[in-house]
Amino acid sequence: MTFYLAQQTINALQLGSIYALIALGYSMVYGVLVMINFAHGDLFMLGAFACLLLAVLLPVHLPFVVILLLVMIVIGLLGAFIERVAYRPLRDAPRVSAIITALGCGLVIENTTLSLSPYPQFMPELFDSRTLSFGSLTVTTLQILIIGVALGLMLGLDFLIRRTSFGMAMRAISFDARTVPLMGIPVNRMISLTFFVGAGLGGAAGMLYGLAYPQISATMGVLIGWKAFIAAVIGGIGSIRGAVLGGFILGGVEVMAVAYLPSTYRDLISYSLLLAILVFKPYGLLGQPPNQKL
Amino acid sequence: MRHFLDSVARCRWALPALIAVGFAFVVACEYFPLLNDYSKIVLITVGINIILCSSLNLVNGYMGEFSVGHAGFMALGAYASALMTIKWLPASVFELPLGVLFGGTIAAAIGFLLALLSFKTRGDYLAIITLAFLMIVKSAIENINYVGGPRGMTPPVLTNLPWTFFWVVVTLWVIRNLIYSKFGRAITAIREDEIAANAMGVRIREAKILAFVTSSFFGGVAGALYAQVNFFIDPKSFDIVKSTEILVMVYLGGIASLGGSIIGAVIFTVLLQVLQPLGTWRMVILPLILVLLMLFRPRGIMGMRELTWFLPAGELFKRPKP
Amino acid sequence: MSLGQMKKLIFCASVLALAGLTGCGGGGSPSVKVGLNIELTGEMPAVGASAKNAAEMFVSQINSGGGLDMEGTKLPIELVIGDNGAKADQARTVAQRLISQDNVVAMVGPDASSCAIPASIVAETFKCPMISPWSTNSKTTLDEEGKPKKYVFRACFIDPFEARVLAKFVLNNIKAKTAAVLFDVASEAPNGQANLFKEVFEQNGGQVVAFETYTTGDRDFSAQLTKIKALNPEVIFLPAYYNDAAGIARQARQQGITAQLVGSDAWSSPEIITLGGQDVESSYFCNHYSTEIATPVAKKFVADYTAKYGKAPDDVAALTYDAMGLITEAIRTAGKADRQAVRDALAEIPKYEGVTGTLQFQPGSGDPVKSAVILQIKDGKFVWIANGQP
Repeated sequence: MTFYLAQQTINALQLGSIYALIALGYSMVYGVLVMINFAHGDLFMLGAFACLLLAVLLPVHLPFVVILLLVMIVIGLLGAFIERVAYRPLRDAPRVSAIITALGCGLVIENTTLSLSPYPQFMPELFDSRTLSFGSLTVTTLQILIIGVALGLMLGLDFLIRRTSFGMAMRAISFDARTVPLMGIPVNRMISLTFFVGAGLGGAAGMLYGLAYPQISATMGVLIGWKAFIAAVIGGIGSIRGAVLGGFILGGVEVMAVAYLPSTYRDLISYSLLLAILVFKPYGLLGQPPNQKL
Repeated sequence: MRHFLDSVARCRWALPALIAVGFAFVVACEYFPLLNDYSKIVLITVGINIILCSSLNLVNGYMGEFSVGHAGFMALGAYASALMTIKWLPASVFELPLGVLFGGTIAAAIGFLLALLSFKTRGDYLAIITLAFLMIVKSAIENINYVGGPRGMTPPVLTNLPWTFFWVVVTLWVIRNLIYSKFGRAITAIREDEIAANAMGVRIREAKILAFVTSSFFGGVAGALYAQVNFFIDPKSFDIVKSTEILVMVYLGGIASLGGSIIGAVIFTVLLQVLQPLGTWRMVILPLILVLLMLFRPRGIMGMRELTWFLPAGELFKRPKP
Repeated sequence: MSLGQMKKLIFCASVLALAGLTGCGGGGSPSVKVGLNIELTGEMPAVGASAKNAAEMFVSQINSGGGLDMEGTKLPIELVIGDNGAKADQARTVAQRLISQDNVVAMVGPDASSCAIPASIVAETFKCPMISPWSTNSKTTLDEEGKPKKYVFRACFIDPFEARVLAKFVLNNIKAKTAAVLFDVASEAPNGQANLFKEVFEQNGGQVVAFETYTTGDRDFSAQLTKIKALNPEVIFLPAYYNDAAGIARQARQQGITAQLVGSDAWSSPEIITLGGQDVESSYFCNHYSTEIATPVAKKFVADYTAKYGKAPDDVAALTYDAMGLITEAIRTAGKADRQAVRDALAEIPKYEGVTGTLQFQPGSGDPVKSAVILQIKDGKFVWIANGQP
């Protein structure tokens, strides 16, 4: 029985780390701009496609790490570009307009990709994955890699936030956006950088997802995007650690619900549980209620 | 021209006369081949979308929340009505209105629960709650075999153009009267500044309940009409994509504006049909239009403003002449 | 502000004018219009593409000979294509448009059962003959009371037949007594096939040890597969569309599951080999025809299709080709492009020699008597193994 639990735990870790990576992107953007970037799920999808293009189109066979970095940079730049073009002009408009613009951008990205690639594409393997067995427990090196890379990126982000001046600037902006420019911090540049990093993480998640489940399609970002958004909110939107927590909780709940209950009830149970968490902790597990200015 | 339109709008009989003419037209369509069946379906869809749009506008536009679960109310209304018409009611001329009323009531009951939940949370957290609610409704329907589960149900076709027109008029009339009543002002006060409104003695909880219940009732009505025109409903028709479509319509037409809801619904439905030859590219063009619109007109085409036709007399004569 | 209101009024007027435009159909030279209601986008674009290819090839073959022979004159066939995006409400709208606005004589498609059922109700209500090439769900040709619809036909076998064939194959040929089933709970055809398979399998002495589900769009099946692996079935039945099946097979093998994989006719697209690779090797599935035991008619079709499109036709293509053939045969017999006459001619067609076998509709039913074949994926190709025994 313990083997079963252990195996399901590994499944949960893999799913959870991918959710966590995507949720991070949401939380980062929300932290600085108080805005839900609904195009994030589609940036995730583009990460997978970018990896496909790089792996297939380039005549040179690049190592895994290089492709990962390239994907993160490309999607990061795209994220920053969208911010510059679509969100920055709406900084002073009602918040909802920016959210709807994000929704629109996401739809444009998704449907353009769908029009160019209506069939699901097959992601080629970037390296040889071997299966390791411990009794009846099976782990593939791919799974280990995915969990490892995700955790590495999360730790890297944590380091970035807590130990670098960029991270300090980001935290300052989320604390009080109006005073920050008075301190000589280039707010616009910081925000662009935030989007760059957040989108880069989303792109990386897309690439890892594409490797784990080698069928990518233009619509794969939609459901995952919304789920990761829920995960970010469960953990407390705006909180980096909350996003990671939320991602793993969501992954864990989904897998364990199937493991121990009839699988048809999976969605019902996971969303009811999440709803229950929100009822008892309305601002998420690690979130702070926003300061209401009177 | 403007003066003419304004003076026509100010005439008390203008709007009722317009409605009567419209109604006569749609009834005539039933008996004379003025429109082919396909056009009728398009018009019915426009009507259903107007109801969806204006009911969501009540919560998202006038009250300033961000609800993404509207398709869930539609689903509840659709399935409740389908149960009525397939299993519980015999065929009769009352079948459709009873089905629609039942659908709306069930949706409103759940909307009431959602309103209770909204007392503790606001803003983006409420968005999540509505999203979770939508997923729960969809998943619950998939698991209940009595309503066909994921295989769906085939309700009899009862919706026709006159009934749709009737329900559109009722929806707009109720919502418009709600907005210009004291409850409507309470709702708008919540949007502007909830704490200040509370401090002024505005009854926040009642206003929220009223807004959510009305919005979900008409969401359910739209769902019921949808079920009775589409021959077939399954949980997949009421997913997040549908909710997103309704959101696009609302923000396209303009928040906090009934005229905007009509415009948004009409443009969205008609464009979607007309651009059919473009295939998936039409879903690139539509959101692109939306994004461009948001950049230049962040509140939508008719955000926060209203067609003169809808304003009650009190508002009309208070407005300064432009 | 008032200028703004003026602009809005003009805007509304033009939009309403557009609405009126959607009501107008186009004119054109005389032709026989046949509607094609298929899944070009959405969950199964490969199905729609195959159907489109086969239909277009058929139409060009007829039109190059001058057209359809009808009471002395020859009229070209005009194919009116609508995309239902594999969604039920879209299928219904497309069906309505084809019938009421484009005024097609008959409709071919949809192929996915979840789309075929609503489209069939439209066809039945508006009395337009319809043939679904690939939909196997019984509800497509039956109304709510279980009585056969008059205007709806299909070119393939139905789910109960297929379930019997597969269950018997597993029990008698593979000689397996335990099976697990994994299917998409939100999808019409897999759901029906899974339940029917379970019923027949257990009736005949087998045991279904696991009956697990996922939902459309899921890509991660590891939790369900771990659960199945712990129960150690000999066979896993996967009545899924080709993309899901490939994903499931891959994850199953990764977890070290060695059970025999068995699929339904939804596996039939060659894309499954591209997406599944080594992991779907030696799996069995049920299909409508096999290129190996083909009749001369079938061989010619396969050759023509491969020459024109560069790849072998799958069963959707073959069935669509047959559906088109049935419709045109009926129109030819009826002699005029009248829906009622075409429908009657269709119901009474004596044996039609199609690509997928001999087609004839049983009296009072829209279902033909068809046979099934079991194929195996071997060396990246579909290989015929046995004929299905119901």
